[in-house]
Amino acid sequence: MTFISIGISRTAWMASPVLAGLLLLSATPQAMATASDVTVKIDNFTFSPADLTITPGTTVTWVNNDDIPHTVVETAQTFRSKALDTDDKYSFTFTTSGDFSYFCSLHPHMTGKITVKP
Amino acid sequence: MDRSDKTKPTRDEDGIDRRGFLECMTWAGTGVLWSLAGGLPQAMGLSKALAAETPATPFTFLQISDSHVGFNKPANPDALATLREAIDRIKALPQKPSFMIHTGDISHLSKDMEFDNADQLIKEAGIPVFYVPGEHDLLDEGQGKSYLDRYGKGSKGAGWYSFDQQGVHYIGLVNVVNLKAGGLGNLGAEQLKWLQDDVAGLSAEMPIVVFAHIPLWTVYPDWGWGTSDGAEALALLKRFGSVTVLNGHIHQVMQKVEGNIAFHAARSTAFPQPEPGKAPSPGPMKVPAGDLRKYLGIATVDFVRGGEPLAIIDKPLAG
Repeated sequence: MTFISIGISRTAWMASPVLAGLLLLSATPQAMATASDVTVKIDNFTFSPADLTITPGTTVTWVNNDDIPHTVVETAQTFRSKALDTDDKYSFTFTTSGDFSYFCSLHPHMTGKITVKP
Repeated sequence: MDRSDKTKPTRDEDGIDRRGFLECMTWAGTGVLWSLAGGLPQAMGLSKALAAETPATPFTFLQISDSHVGFNKPANPDALATLREAIDRIKALPQKPSFMIHTGDISHLSKDMEFDNADQLIKEAGIPVFYVPGEHDLLDEGQGKSYLDRYGKGSKGAGWYSFDQQGVHYIGLVNVVNLKAGGLGNLGAEQLKWLQDDVAGLSAEMPIVVFAHIPLWTVYPDWGWGTSDGAEALALLKRFGSVTVLNGHIHQVMQKVEGNIAFHAARSTAFPQPEPGKAPSPGPMKVPAGDLRKYLGIATVDFVRGGEPLAIIDKPLAG
């Protein structure tokens, strides 16, 4: 069942990037629980989990639970969020394998890493 | 704490008044009034300045910091209101300061409305204001364009500049741009080169006041409270007889003297932050609602150095 839902989700994304964006915005808790979506929480100036290994095609969503804004910026600027105020979210879909180190550009002592491998 | 303890601080063997230091680590305040006596700036809490009976000094200026206009979280639901209280106190000073330095985080999210509201209020003080940006002031789409459009006239690079006023050389530095993963505040090679050229022709007897948002000295690296190349900037100022470094960012008063360099971090007008290492992380610290203004320091007037040199403090890394 899970596998099928991932297949459908990927097809929709390939068919329409715009639709993919809409799907992300309207993602429900159930949708977040599927194998292709992972959440990184930002609590107390810490990314949690700070180290995450995922498969290509996985969407990672960062959620800021702090009362201070943070950003999510990949070291090589592959991705860069705007400032996330309290409860704001930022999502990025990792399509290629590799190591992606990121940090908060406001509080650079906050660092994390996403490892993408099949 | 008993009042007589406050007025008669004891000193440890190394000459450090630890009780006084801890009292000075109050969370946030309205502003700090600086007066220049013999080239060594001295600071006093604003409430004390209002009540001061000492003869007027020839030259004073103010520092405010971290107004975070737009912040509305539980630690202070209305940061604009507490900024207003700070400005009201400045307006009520018996002697009008010559100007004001704002050491950054004017706004919370760099929104036009936040800058507008801050500007409108701060203007009421009726004195010139010199700004440097905090990281919260560079969150617009242009990553600092809004700040530079508003406050950067005549500045170099990301907004650094210097000016002279009544025999003192003031240097505003920017250590909140192009921060590197895992690092601290950062000035960068271009700004350091500019600083070197800026002070090259100055007499070593000229008092120097340097201001920047993040502390230029290492307060607590685990929380990013320091500047990675701050020591390089300070080395360029080593030959001067009197150097005062004014910072914000940490939302509590902290001070240290190292040789001819006196370091000070100012209180916020918006919300307190924990003492270094005394919480899982930095960030807005909620205090009982009725106590907020006490924590903001309006009634906390202990930061008085009188004729003494500014407090000599070891690195406060108490865990």
